[in-house]
Amino acid sequence: MTVAAPLLAVRELRVRRGGALVLDISSLTVEEGTILSLIGPNGAGKTTLMQTLACLIKPHGGEFFFKGENVFSSHGLLQYRRMLAMVFQEPLLFDTTVFQNVASGLKIRGMNGPEIEKRVGQNLRRFGIPHLSERSARKLSGGEAQRVALARAMAIQPDILFLDEPFASLDPPTRESLMEDLEKILRQTTTTTLFATHDRMEALRLSDRIAVMNEGRILQIGPPAEVMNQPRDEFIASFVGVETILSGEVIKKDRGSFIASIFAQEVEAVGEVEIGEPVVFCIRPENVTLAVPPHQEATSARNVFPAMITKIVPLGLYYKVHLDCGFPLVAYVTGHSLEDLSLQEGQIVSASFKATAIHVIRKTKKN
Amino acid sequence: MKRVKKVQAILIGIAILFVMAAWGPAQAQQKNIILSTTTSTQDSGLLDLLIPIFEKKTGYFVKTIAVGSGQAMAMGQKGEADVLLVHSPAAEKKVVAEGYGVNRRIIMHNDFIVVGPAEDPAKIKGVKVTTEVFKKIASAGSLFLSRSDKSGTHTKEMAIWKAAGINPDGQKWYQQTGLGMGQTLNITSEKKGYTLTDRGTYLATKKNLSLDILAEGDAILLNVYHVIEVNPARWPKVNAAGGKAFADFMVSKEAQDIIKTFGVDKFGSPLFFPDAGKKEEELGK
Amino acid sequence: MDLILEGILKAFHLLFTLDPEVLGITLLSLQVSGSATLISLFIGISIGTLVALTEFPGRKLVVSLINTGMGLPPVVVGLFVTIFLWRNGPLGFLGILYTPAAMIVAQAVIATPIVMGITLAAIQALPKKLRLQILALGATRLQMVWILVKEARLPLLAGVMAGFGGVISEVGASIMVGGNIKGYSRVLTTATVMETSRGNFDVAIALGIILLLLAYFINLVLTHIQQRERPR
Repeated sequence: MTVAAPLLAVRELRVRRGGALVLDISSLTVEEGTILSLIGPNGAGKTTLMQTLACLIKPHGGEFFFKGENVFSSHGLLQYRRMLAMVFQEPLLFDTTVFQNVASGLKIRGMNGPEIEKRVGQNLRRFGIPHLSERSARKLSGGEAQRVALARAMAIQPDILFLDEPFASLDPPTRESLMEDLEKILRQTTTTTLFATHDRMEALRLSDRIAVMNEGRILQIGPPAEVMNQPRDEFIASFVGVETILSGEVIKKDRGSFIASIFAQEVEAVGEVEIGEPVVFCIRPENVTLAVPPHQEATSARNVFPAMITKIVPLGLYYKVHLDCGFPLVAYVTGHSLEDLSLQEGQIVSASFKATAIHVIRKTKKN
Repeated sequence: MKRVKKVQAILIGIAILFVMAAWGPAQAQQKNIILSTTTSTQDSGLLDLLIPIFEKKTGYFVKTIAVGSGQAMAMGQKGEADVLLVHSPAAEKKVVAEGYGVNRRIIMHNDFIVVGPAEDPAKIKGVKVTTEVFKKIASAGSLFLSRSDKSGTHTKEMAIWKAAGINPDGQKWYQQTGLGMGQTLNITSEKKGYTLTDRGTYLATKKNLSLDILAEGDAILLNVYHVIEVNPARWPKVNAAGGKAFADFMVSKEAQDIIKTFGVDKFGSPLFFPDAGKKEEELGK
Repeated sequence: MDLILEGILKAFHLLFTLDPEVLGITLLSLQVSGSATLISLFIGISIGTLVALTEFPGRKLVVSLINTGMGLPPVVVGLFVTIFLWRNGPLGFLGILYTPAAMIVAQAVIATPIVMGITLAAIQALPKKLRLQILALGATRLQMVWILVKEARLPLLAGVMAGFGGVISEVGASIMVGGNIKGYSRVLTTATVMETSRGNFDVAIALGIILLLLAYFINLVLTHIQQRERPR
């Protein structure tokens, strides 16, 4: 598709810890100017992968290439290391002024005074903190400190930027504001970024591609919409926020759509399947609509079920409503609608979702 | 930031100068003489007068190591000194007999005195024989302080106790300080006790003490100083030429004349009596 | 009490009249202890940092040795250094016994474990991830060590002050290896002991006061450096 080689290409990269294989990446490429997010549970290997690519961990096998050149070749290493920067969950600032902190990467590279002044000033302004230039790093709030850490990394003008859960320690409003600013800056500078997080919303928002990791492996990688809406298996599905995952068997088939039996209920979906085939249905809660009888307008939704509300969980901006239709179902409902429909636990409602909204995973026999 | 770097550079510069200065100009080994002597000899101040004259005359640099008499002898026995100036005749004879020291020559003498509080609870004032003095102190059970450091003074003290047939060790009235003469005198003065001291140290520190001279003049109280050269045959690394030069100087007329008048202007009487050339047995006042 | 008063008066007198002997003794104290502290600074900080950052078999043993060394009795150090430097001892050929050089050696042996131990603790107290962060900014191993040392400068300077304090006030080893030779290897501490044993208490107190003043001013300078540039 692209003519140029990818900026970073990884092959058969393996890392062991205490005898166990903690990272096992057979192949991975990162295109220049793109942002790749790594998501996965704790211990999935996101940090290990990033630290190995940043040359902080030595792999036990495999290699990776930067701009086509093998990083472990004789003179490749320091050159490569000088072109990357990493920001961690803690700011890890030095005990000096903000200016000196942001300048530290440049001093390491032997840059001269006036150049340093220019770069540091530029990056302080970018992150909205020029007024903090002479402040001691010890006297910053969490958000300010993380901005300094990011400015310090960006001042180097890295070819690759590694971000290891950089927003994890910040409170939501700070996180919001910083993410917004960072996104703008990364797009402006077209900095190739690898970004690890356990918050799928962050990944969704910031990335060009998402890689889902578990047990040291990449399970699925692709554009956010693809990974979020077409998870390849149940684990990925639950991780990317599919709340309803149901197993069933195909009982009827007709012109591109079919019906599966799930907990003795018949659910219609779209896809190429065989009768008798076991399938897994993924239904995102955003795609479930609730109606209170007697309001029963004609909709195009093929799946309409009476359901009892078993639990309502407030989630800040909306509510998660747990339903029992004979099978468990989860829907997201706005507070507005909750009020309008006077929804409460124990109530019987009508739950509907489209056949096309169901993501089908075919349970083919795995090796 | 530049100012900080400048200050750091200056500090480092000063530091380097200091280090260089402290190592001192290279002293040629042959120009050094290690003189081992006792603290009381050094404290008298006599060497402060004699040594500069010797150094100027000969170009040698004398390192005066003032320690207790026992250690001074030991240094000679181990070849760690070039010449000894000591005053423990019995130990000295042993050093010569064992071949570690040669050319033992008499330099001077001073004397010991017994000092104590003016009240004199043991009533020793006027008693001429020193062994009797010690017997009276023992029987009165009066506080007696001893240096107990194998110094010349201590050795003399033990010799007197032995001659008097008394073993003071462990007795309640006998306290051992393990300290130099000046400090022992201070403690004796504080505690209003008796002690044996060389006249020189007593005269030099009299102003701080409330002690009187209560016994003196007995032959046994003579304190004779000898110079001994360390035998180069036993210890080749010894600066034999230097040691000999120093010893020769000490018996020379020039040095002996200085010894004769040392202390007169300060204390009214000389601290030492020059004896070069005499035999030990001839001494007596 | 009058004795102390006499001592204070004597101290001022000696200082104001710039008594050459006292000046010489004071300068030598500074030179010897300063040099020893400098040596201990280089050896102590470099080895302390090395041990703090490296894993190697027997590390625990080395660390406990360093910590024990911090409490080495100076007089024992003096004894062993003397034995080594004796003419007939293993290092006798150096011929530095009874010289200021020997005093510097003995004091350096006393001060180095102190600086080493404090450096070790200070570097280990830095956040573990800080090393990774520094490397992830493109630093070489050497640059990383230098930056870590700068980060730990507060406790490190405290260690240097502790080392200096330990040796400027040291007397046992200094007398043994230096010989307390007038105008040559006599320093404030050894001179104080000698004057006391001679009964010249006013001079002894005066020297003691001068020693205290000296130590105070040096530490004032070092503290100023340690606490400076605390920006708002």
